[in-house]
Amino acid sequence: MTSTRPVLRFADVGIDDVPSVGGKGASLGELLRAGIRVPNGFVVTTAAFRQAIEHLDAEGDIVRRIAALDPADAATLAATTAEVRAVVESAPLPADVADAVTASYVELCAESGEHDLPVAVRSSATSEDSADASFAGLQDTYLWVRGAAEVLEQVRRCWASLYSVESVTYRLRRAIPEDDLAMAVVVQRMVDSRSSGVLFTRSPLTGDRSVICLDASWGLGSAVVSGDVTPDSFMVSKVTGEITRRTVATKTTWHQPDPSGSGVVETEVPGQLQDVPSLSDEEIAELVAIARTVEAHYGCPQDIEWAVSRSAAGGENVFLLQSRPETVWAQKDAERAAAAPAARPFDHVLNLLGGKRPSGS
Amino acid sequence: MDQRSFPLPSQIAAVPGAEGWEAMYPYFSRFQPEDDERFWFYNSMHFPEVVPAFDGITSEIPYTAIGANTARLFSFPTTMGIEYRIINGRVYITANPVTDPAQVEARFADFQERAGYYYANWDRLYGEWQQRIEVLIADIEAVEVPELGDLDPLEVITSGRGFASNHFLRERFHRCIDLYSTMWHHHTEFLMLGYGAYVVFFEFCKQAFPEMGDQMVARMVAGMDVTMYRPDDELKKLAALAVELDLADLFVEGAEPSKVLSALGERGDAGARWLAALEAAKDPWFNVSVGDGFYHHHLSWADDLTVPFAALPRYVEQIAAGEDLTRPTERLAEERDRIAAEYRALLATEDERGAFDQMLGLCRLVFPYIESHKIYCEHWFTTRFFQKIRAFGALLAERGVLLQADDVFHLRHLEVEDALADVMLAWASGGTELGARHWQPIVAERKRIVEALSGWSPPPALGAVPEALNDPAVKMLWGITQETVETWLGGDDDDESTVRGYAASPGVVEGVARVLLNVNDIGQIREGEVLVCPVTAPSWGPVFGKIAAAVSDIGGTMSHAAIVAREYGMPAVVGTGMATSRIKTGDRVRVDGDRGVVTVIS
Repeated sequence: MTSTRPVLRFADVGIDDVPSVGGKGASLGELLRAGIRVPNGFVVTTAAFRQAIEHLDAEGDIVRRIAALDPADAATLAATTAEVRAVVESAPLPADVADAVTASYVELCAESGEHDLPVAVRSSATSEDSADASFAGLQDTYLWVRGAAEVLEQVRRCWASLYSVESVTYRLRRAIPEDDLAMAVVVQRMVDSRSSGVLFTRSPLTGDRSVICLDASWGLGSAVVSGDVTPDSFMVSKVTGEITRRTVATKTTWHQPDPSGSGVVETEVPGQLQDVPSLSDEEIAELVAIARTVEAHYGCPQDIEWAVSRSAAGGENVFLLQSRPETVWAQKDAERAAAAPAARPFDHVLNLLGGKRPSGS
Repeated sequence: MDQRSFPLPSQIAAVPGAEGWEAMYPYFSRFQPEDDERFWFYNSMHFPEVVPAFDGITSEIPYTAIGANTARLFSFPTTMGIEYRIINGRVYITANPVTDPAQVEARFADFQERAGYYYANWDRLYGEWQQRIEVLIADIEAVEVPELGDLDPLEVITSGRGFASNHFLRERFHRCIDLYSTMWHHHTEFLMLGYGAYVVFFEFCKQAFPEMGDQMVARMVAGMDVTMYRPDDELKKLAALAVELDLADLFVEGAEPSKVLSALGERGDAGARWLAALEAAKDPWFNVSVGDGFYHHHLSWADDLTVPFAALPRYVEQIAAGEDLTRPTERLAEERDRIAAEYRALLATEDERGAFDQMLGLCRLVFPYIESHKIYCEHWFTTRFFQKIRAFGALLAERGVLLQADDVFHLRHLEVEDALADVMLAWASGGTELGARHWQPIVAERKRIVEALSGWSPPPALGAVPEALNDPAVKMLWGITQETVETWLGGDDDDESTVRGYAASPGVVEGVARVLLNVNDIGQIREGEVLVCPVTAPSWGPVFGKIAAAVSDIGGTMSHAAIVAREYGMPAVVGTGMATSRIKTGDRVRVDGDRGVVTVIS
């Protein structure tokens, strides 16, 4: 059931709450329930989104204008969506939504003992469809956001991203009704990342489920995700725990919090760090252990973002920022003809040696 | 020359000083003009050195057996047998594929019935096989080289036997050859079916887990069969006994076996007890060749104690320091089962898990044969075989035909029969053998030829590369695929300091290379060196206790060497094709057993 509360804390949600808090929000709550170390935070729910849209579009004007667009008419589409985005980004939130977000942010600040605690603000789509999700603005992530006012502004920007040209075109082409539109927004404490990156609980290159592949670099994970840096790359066997492949790259750039206090800047990595592995073997082992727990919890291979904190004590410094099901190979798995038992075990050999199937397939 | 081609057989230049080498081998082993049209590869796995004339039998007979097995017994659908040719003393082979689809189909029907019968009755047939092999070993041991006295014994008369002892010369020599042939038929009896089961599982694993190292597949099936580890285990027991009897001081690096033995003789009761234990262990467990049983001069431990005695000091030292060297069979079995269970659990569907269970089960069924047959065939039996031939050589030397017993190995087996007939006639006639004048110059010339040929570097293959090279038989036994051939072809573009092969055992190590072309030089290996050799063999096991890594020219991840390297937890790169020609003793090399790359650093 969809909650009507405008804000829910991670601790209050789980995987069944996707309709209220979106995939990302639900996943973070679920990770917390599984005992995984996740930077704390809260979700601005889809109920808050609906309330806000209703608030600024009581007559259903926006819905009608968007639904009437022709995806082939690029000029009108661009103009209309730009207008709608401007409205969504600038309109003040309904008072109770704004109050709830502000209260939750203040609570988060109090919890961490830091005034104007830096947070990440990210959109969290409700769609189960991964392609849908990627169009719906998964890329909308605002890092190192400080202060309640700034948080509220980024929440509106996340919502507005639903009216991007790409997102609207996608909905129109798929005939997804505008009434169903919903988006949650995750507000999560920033990790003071010494190193960060992504990991897959199967090989992204070959689909091998017996390995965990990690990409890691110095600073914030956005440098790795955006491809601004060639990261260090590690492959670890789930079966033996051995690091079976290790490529230490020359990491020239990193993303760091803007010294002004808000936002992120890209700068050059100090020379003495560039060729040094951004993760220790112990940290890799810990990430692998966490990844396996998450994968087992969800029962399918995961695509995980993680960070190692600069300030947290060793043993408590590895955080997961999000985890979602791996989709590319899952799709290929579904399409390929998997091996099956034969009538007699040796039929497998007879067929191979009989040239009944090309060797190696 | 087209870059898709290796040199043609007819383009191979003569080796100076080796003129007339052809007479060392049978006519049917020579390259024919039409052989230029076919693709051949050098079987350096089995024949890493120049083949002496008698040792030609170790290609002639195995290929009569293995071809018969695939072509005529089991009716392998896509392949008949293997043809071999010898050039400049090296053995090149090619498989005869079956390409006509109708013929493949017809052979497949028979193959299913015949191979199916063997798989379905594997345990019984393999049990009988072991008994038959043991009988064969007993038979070859029982062959007696006749003694020709002045007069035959009286009981030849009184028993009414009716024929003289010179008759036995040829009969018993022939018996050795016949038993050797029978042994090889049995050697190949399960070979292709056994490796087939392994390859199927291997390919399944590679498809399901593309990142899985080759060695991991072997770890899941490696049997707990102790036969192949037994010679090494016996050495460890002897080392433990030396420590227990307070004899450890006699086992020091570099000590000559003969000096150690005489020193033991002076240590009273303790020394006597150790020597008795050595004798007990020797038969049968020292009947392991320091090679792979394809050369007469690859002596067994029993023939030459150099290898086992080179390994003893380290074992003694380890045991004295309180290390437990016994093979942790139980732990290995648990580890094997744990790894298999984990990979099984990682499969996506129940169907895949079902197929995995079937293939792994079949693999484990056939693995005792794969692990043990070499000890029985190439080692135990073949050691006895060469000892018998050497005894015939001793007889020929005693009768003045040859200068020394080992010269017999420079005659082809049919020539040995001729020489024996010479002895039979001379003994019968009361005359003199004429062989000294005939054979001794031939032996001397052939020794020179072998010496000259041993400096020749054989190309890894000859002839144009075929469109497709996917004969499952070739792939299974030699690990040679399109990719291997591409590596050989691309060898010239590669950096001269890099050699690529199969990642046979994981880990990365740097060390000083010791290139051994001839296994009899095994005593040169020093602690911590990287062994670089044409081929590694199971009886080198103890040496693995000393080296830091192993590199070979040819071999697959199924080779015993790879298995032993994994047991010792050291990196190994096998099947490089060219390590012994690219790397020199004293080079500092990095062996990357994870990626299968060897780099010369300096």
